[in-house]
Amino acid sequence: MSTPMENIVLHVADVHKSFAGLHALSDIDLSVREGETHAIIGPNGAGKSTLLNVCIGRLAPDSGHVVFDGQNLTGRAPHEINQLGVVRVFQTPEIFPDLTLLENVMVPILAKRDGSFHLALFRRFSSEKAAREEAESILADLGLGPLRASLATSLSRGDKRRLELAMGLSQHPRLLLLDEPTAGMARHDTNATIDLLKKIKERGMTKVIIEHDMHVVFSLADRISVLAGGRIICQGTPEEVKNDPRVKEAYLGEEQV
Amino acid sequence: MTNSSSKTSLNNFLLMLLVTGVVLAAPIIFEPFGAGYPDLLQRFAIFGIFAVGFNILFGLTGYLSFGHAAFLGVGSYTAVWSFKLLTMNVVPAIFFSVLLTGLFALIIGYISLRRSGIYFSILTLAFAQMSYNLAYSVLTPITNGETGLQLSLQDPRILDAKNIAGGLPNTNFFGYTMNQTNTYEFFGTAYQFNVGYYVCGVVLILMFYIAMRIFQSPFGMMLKAIKSNQTRMKYTGFDTRPYLIWAFVISGMYAGLAGALLSITDPLAGAERMQWTASGEVVLMTILGGVGTMIGPVLGAALIKYLENIFSAINTGELTRMLSWVPEGMQDFAVSTVGLFVGDGWHLTLGLMFMIVVVFLPGGIMEGVRRIARLFSRRKAGPVEPPRATNIATAGEGGA
Repeated sequence: MSTPMENIVLHVADVHKSFAGLHALSDIDLSVREGETHAIIGPNGAGKSTLLNVCIGRLAPDSGHVVFDGQNLTGRAPHEINQLGVVRVFQTPEIFPDLTLLENVMVPILAKRDGSFHLALFRRFSSEKAAREEAESILADLGLGPLRASLATSLSRGDKRRLELAMGLSQHPRLLLLDEPTAGMARHDTNATIDLLKKIKERGMTKVIIEHDMHVVFSLADRISVLAGGRIICQGTPEEVKNDPRVKEAYLGEEQV
Repeated sequence: MTNSSSKTSLNNFLLMLLVTGVVLAAPIIFEPFGAGYPDLLQRFAIFGIFAVGFNILFGLTGYLSFGHAAFLGVGSYTAVWSFKLLTMNVVPAIFFSVLLTGLFALIIGYISLRRSGIYFSILTLAFAQMSYNLAYSVLTPITNGETGLQLSLQDPRILDAKNIAGGLPNTNFFGYTMNQTNTYEFFGTAYQFNVGYYVCGVVLILMFYIAMRIFQSPFGMMLKAIKSNQTRMKYTGFDTRPYLIWAFVISGMYAGLAGALLSITDPLAGAERMQWTASGEVVLMTILGGVGTMIGPVLGAALIKYLENIFSAINTGELTRMLSWVPEGMQDFAVSTVGLFVGDGWHLTLGLMFMIVVVFLPGGIMEGVRRIARLFSRRKAGPVEPPRATNIATAGEGGA
């Protein structure tokens, strides 16, 4: 299936998913290699978000399976998939609005350290020094340092997305799934996010990105899969995808690349 | 960092000092309000424990249980059975009550926590009403139904010496009987110091401390995060169910402990303790005082029990005397109108008070306290500039 050089981290094999007769995904085969940034693009309604939801166990596929690092993810609970090292950053920011920024980042750090359930009744949360220092440095990395003591609900939408990214990164995931990480961001913030994601890439984190913004895709992706009508119509490097006639027809024709 | 955690320790110390001081000096503090007598003080402490425990579930996770009175009842029955079968000493009674209530809460919690929101509330309510009906009729051999479970001279009490002649024995803590009250006089006022109250009071201090530690523990933080965004918790790698079940069991055990203390101060357990009105009362106490705050539930419990004591004691004769200033023709009307809100109708007052608090002060008494405190600090310090994001250069400097 793969040459020894390519270390496949995530393998989506023959996945089908339909909603009330509508084929949202058919015959999906997708391999993500260790350390690469794999972008999934496609027009609205192509099935990108459905694919991501199947990957993290939010949706069960009708047939086929998703294998992460030799483990079948199909049918597993969301927390188990997270504990395996697959972390998702949502399109609409999913944060803890009633907690401070620092707590928002410390909670995922403790999830990674202590597992899915840990009955720590008589320790003090405020004495979790290591987790606290790590959270502080991640928040500082993302420019949220001065806000660490404020409640997350008070953030602007762009800052909430950055906070969620911080929460995802704090877990040092083996695979990071990003659902339109720059949607709704101002150009300035988009560029800052691209820089940040490039920085993560240097650390060798494997990423799958769903994105509308071609500027973002071509600045980050090592490989691209193009989804249209629930099928992968093309897969390859940015150059290959850019020049593929089918892609131009289905998608890029509308956009200036 | 160390700075802020030492600040928490100082705050904790001051809070515990305050609570301990007020609880220990309660017979003196509450005497001027006409609330310094043992029976009422015991209720303050017992329902304080009940509300503090309820707040661990409701305040931290946001799961609103409408069935906690069932645990209060189980605790009460267990304690009386311990008095009947084993000994009049209160320690085994407390131990078995908390243990059995914990098991009972585990079963109810395990099933009810399959759902959240309103469905969870309805499930707990259904379980509590089932328990009430079981206690009232089906389980009469255990609960003595309508009459209520009481001590009798024929009880085995296998651990107690058999030489007590005549009359029912008293509940005791290694020889100190619960109904023993010592009256001392300071500055011309008599104060009543009751052993039963001090047992309840010391347990309240202990339970308050445990609740405070739970609130500040990583476990407590996870519960807050579940309340804030449970979906996020799952995708963050947490199995939220065991967290919720533990919170439910712990708060059930608090309720069981409160039930045991009710039996300790008055060894009689009836099914009405498990009725839904009793479950509703602890919800009111918690919300009235301030959900999710440490002190709030205790304040709410004391306030409700205090007002209940005043309002339900007023009868028509007293009311007529109090309203004697009203013009002659209006007096009957005034007495009959106000009469609806006192005596047996005191729940009407409670409902009114509850509505006013929820509408104007949704955070309860504690929100009122915070608002007043903010008013004063603002006058002193002037408006505070909120910190801003995006400036990476200033990152790392101390925040608020």
